[in-house]
Amino acid sequence: MLESKIPSGPLAEKWTSHKDHINLVNPANKRLIDVIVVGTGLAGSSASASLAEMGYNVKAFCFQDSPRRAHSIAAQGGINAAKNYQNDGDSVYRLFYDTVKGGDYRSREANVHRLAEVSTSIIDQCVAQGVPFAREYGGLLDNRSFGGVQVSRTFYAKGQTGQQLLLGAYSALSRQISKGKVEMFTRHEMMDVVVVDGKCRGIIARNLITGELERHSAHAVVLASGGYGNVFFLSTNAMGSNVSAAWKAHKKGAYMANPCFTQIHPTCIPVSGEHQSKLTLMSESLRNDGRIWVPAKKEDAEAIRKGTKRATNIAEEDRDYYLERRYPAFGNLVPRDVASRAAKERCDAGFGVNETGEAVFLDYASAFLRYGKTEASIRGLSNPSEAEIIRLGKEVVKAKYGNLFDMYKQIAADDPYETPMKIYPAVHYTMGGLWVDYNLMTSVPGLYATGEANFSDHGANRLGASALMQGLADGYFVLPYTIGDYLSDDIRTGAISADSPEFEAAEKGVQDRIDQLVNNNGTIPVDDFHRRLGRIMWNECGMSRSEVGLKQAISDIRTLREEFFRDVRVPGSAGEFNPELDKAGRVADFLELGELMCKDALERSESCGGHFREEFRTPEGEALRDDENFAFVSAWEFTGDPSESNLHKEDLKFENIELKQRSYK
Amino acid sequence: MDLTLKVWRQNGPQDAGRMETYPVSGVSPDMSFLEMMDMMNDQIIRNGGDPVAFDHDCREGICGMCSMFINGEAHGPNRGTTTCQLHMRSFKDGDTITIEPWRASAFPVVKDLAVDRSSFDRVIQSGGYISVNTSGETLDANAIPVPKGQADDAFSAATCIGCGACVATCKNASAMLFVSAKVSQFALLPQGQPERATRVQRMVEQMDKEGFGNCTNTGACAVECPKGIDLSNIARMNRDYLSASAKEE
Repeated sequence: MLESKIPSGPLAEKWTSHKDHINLVNPANKRLIDVIVVGTGLAGSSASASLAEMGYNVKAFCFQDSPRRAHSIAAQGGINAAKNYQNDGDSVYRLFYDTVKGGDYRSREANVHRLAEVSTSIIDQCVAQGVPFAREYGGLLDNRSFGGVQVSRTFYAKGQTGQQLLLGAYSALSRQISKGKVEMFTRHEMMDVVVVDGKCRGIIARNLITGELERHSAHAVVLASGGYGNVFFLSTNAMGSNVSAAWKAHKKGAYMANPCFTQIHPTCIPVSGEHQSKLTLMSESLRNDGRIWVPAKKEDAEAIRKGTKRATNIAEEDRDYYLERRYPAFGNLVPRDVASRAAKERCDAGFGVNETGEAVFLDYASAFLRYGKTEASIRGLSNPSEAEIIRLGKEVVKAKYGNLFDMYKQIAADDPYETPMKIYPAVHYTMGGLWVDYNLMTSVPGLYATGEANFSDHGANRLGASALMQGLADGYFVLPYTIGDYLSDDIRTGAISADSPEFEAAEKGVQDRIDQLVNNNGTIPVDDFHRRLGRIMWNECGMSRSEVGLKQAISDIRTLREEFFRDVRVPGSAGEFNPELDKAGRVADFLELGELMCKDALERSESCGGHFREEFRTPEGEALRDDENFAFVSAWEFTGDPSESNLHKEDLKFENIELKQRSYK
Repeated sequence: MDLTLKVWRQNGPQDAGRMETYPVSGVSPDMSFLEMMDMMNDQIIRNGGDPVAFDHDCREGICGMCSMFINGEAHGPNRGTTTCQLHMRSFKDGDTITIEPWRASAFPVVKDLAVDRSSFDRVIQSGGYISVNTSGETLDANAIPVPKGQADDAFSAATCIGCGACVATCKNASAMLFVSAKVSQFALLPQGQPERATRVQRMVEQMDKEGFGNCTNTGACAVECPKGIDLSNIARMNRDYLSASAKEE
C-alpha cells in the first residue's frame, strides 16, 4: 500500500510539528549506526556531510574519480529561496504556490511547502560555508529572475552556481572525510541494493579500477544518484549520469513514480551532427534579458537556413517574438515546458533558423541597449553614441553571463555578442524518479531517495533554479531529520553482517550480469544501441507523445533490447578498468527504463507539464489536464517485465491551492 | 578530415607504456575532441581491439574530469578551454596529433590517458573548508556583507575545476595554482578568516606530502589553466603561509 505519511495539521505547520514529534537517535547511539549514501552531487554530498556531523558512520560512493565531479557541478543559472531580499513581495507561500503551479499540479503540497520553508536556510548555510554568490555594490547578495515566476528570488554565482554550491557541499564532505566520519569510495559504482528481512541493509559495489565486487552493509541506504535523462542518449546530462542505482532499487521493490515526466529545456545549443555525444545548456537566466524570436516570414527563415540571409538582416517588424506574442504576461519567462513546446511549434511550422530547421534565435541586442543606457547614465556620460551605449551594454552582459557567452562561442564557432545565439530544446532533467513518502523513504523500508533521484517536489514540470534548491534541502535539512525516525528502531541491532545469503545472492546476480556482458561475443559497440534507444525515446516519448507512437516505441525498445543482449560487444575483461563494461551495464538498464517511461506516458491520458499528449490539448494548443481522472502519482511496481509493471496510485489532494488551467498569458 | 593520432597506451601504473598510432578518417570539424576520440574507439571496438581509456564526464568544461595532454599542451592548443570544449576545427586535415596523459608522480596512471588525482582531494580534506556545521542555523546570509570586488576575486579563485592541468603543465609538477586558488577563495572572504592561518599551513603540508614539486614562478600553469586562475593567488598563498609560520614561532 502507498502511504505518503504526510503529517496532519495546517500546511505551514506540518514540517515543524513533524520534526518536533519524530523519534531521535541519541548521539551515543548514532555511533553504532552505519548509513550508505550513493552519489556525491548536491543531494548526496550534503546528506553525507550532515549525517556524519550528527554522528552516524557514513560510507559515500561515487563513480567519478572525485566527489567534486558529480553532475550538479554543471548547473548554471541559480538557486531559488524565498528571502524577499528584493522586496518584491516574495514569501514562502509564493515560492510554494509558484512551484505547485509550475509543476502543473502534479506534486505533493506538503513536500513542496517544506521545500519552500527550508529554502532560506540553504542560502544562509552556503554563505557561511564560503560559497561566493554574486553580490551588489553594497556587499549584499544579488538576485535574478527565472522562468514561471514574477519575483526575483534566484541567487547565483555567474553561470556557475551549481559548481559553487557543489564545491561548498564537497568542502563540508571533505571536512567529515578528514575526521574519519565519512569513508569515501570514489570510482565505485553501486550494482545492487541488498534487502534482508524486508529492510534495505546494504549494497553491492564494484571497484571500477580493479573490477572487484564489494559488499557494504549498513542500517540504511540513501540513493542520491541523480536523474535518468541520459535514456535519451542526447541530453544536457554528463556522459556518466545513469539510472542504474535507482533502477536496481526498483527491481528490488522500490516503486518508480511518474517516470514519463521529463523536462525538455528550451535553451540548449542545437544538435550539429550525427557524431554528437551530448548537448550543452545555455542557462535559463539568459531568458531574463534575451528575447526569443524566429522570422515572421517563411521566406526569411528559408533564406537564413540557406545562408543567404543573417539574423541581423531581418528588420524588426519582420521578427516574430512568439513567446511575447502568445504569453504577454510572462513573455520570455514562461516555464520551460511552455517555452520548449512553443519553439517546437514554430520550427515544425517551417520557421526554424539553422540547417536542420530545428533552432530559434535568442537575441541580446535589446539588452545591450537597455544595460548600456543605464551604465552610461551611472557614468554620467552626456549624449553617448549608440555604438558607445552598445559597447557599455556588452560589458554589463559580459559581467553577468560572460562564461555562457564564451561557452557558446567555443561550441558553435559564432560570436553571440555580434549575432543572436541559436538555441533549441533538449532533455535536461527528470521530474519522475523513485517514489518516496514524506520522509523521503522509498517503498523499501530503510531505502531512501533524495534529489533528482526521487519524484517528490516538481510535479510534471520543474521551475528553473529549483533543482539545486531541492538537492540541498533534501540533503542538509530534510533527510538528516527524517532518517532518525527510522533508525531509532535500530539502536540495538548491531553491525549488519555482509555474509548473509541475501548478500551472497545479490553479489552472484551482479557477477552473472557482468559475465554475460563481457562474454557476449557480439559485434556492435554499446554506444550504437544507446544512440538508437535515444532516437526512439526522443521521437516518441519526447516533447510530444501519442498513443500510436508510444505503442510503437514500446515494441521497438523490446526489439532493441533483445538485439543488445544478442549482439553487444564489450571489449576487455571484468577484472580491470573497463569503461565500456560500465557503460554496457548502464545502457542495459536504460533499455528497460525506456519501456516503462513509454508505458507510463501511454497510461496517462492527459497532458500536464512536460508530458504533452497530442490527443489532449486546448484549442490554443496548450496542455489539457484531466484533474478528475489523473490527479495522482503513478507509482510502478516491477514484476519482471517493464510492460507488465503494476500501477499503484497515490491520489494528490490539493487543500491549499485551487486547481486551475495553468495560464501564463 | 583525416588525422593520425599518436596515443599513449599504458596498462596500469606498473606498465612501462608506449605510444601507438591510429589513423582516423572522416572527422568533422564540428566534432569536439572527445567525440573524435569516441569515433576512434568505435572503430577500435568494431575491429576487436582494446579501446583507449580516458576520463571525461560533463563535456561542457566544468566537471574537470577530462585530462589530455595534446601536442605537448594541457587541454590542447586553445586558451581557456578544457579538452571536452576543444573542437576539431582547431586542427587541419592531415595533422598528426599526439595525446598523452597528465604526467606527475602525484597523478599515477590508471590506464592509458586516465590518471588518479585523489591527491587533490586529500589536499582539500586537509583544510580546504570552513568549519561550520550544516544545521542552517547560521547568520542571515545578508548579515555578512562582502565588498563586491573582494567577492568577485573570491569567486574567480573558486572557479578552479580541479582538473590538474596546472600540475601537468608545470616542469616541477607543482600544484601551487590549485592549492592557492582554494586558499585564496577563503582568505578573501570574512567567513574564512578564523582558520586562515591553520588552513594554509595544513594544505601546503599535505601538498608537499603528496609529492607535488615546488613553484619556480615560470607561470606556465596560469597560461594553460582552462579557467584562467590567476598567478597572484600563488603570491597570496605564499604570503599567508609565511605570516602563519612567523606567528607560530
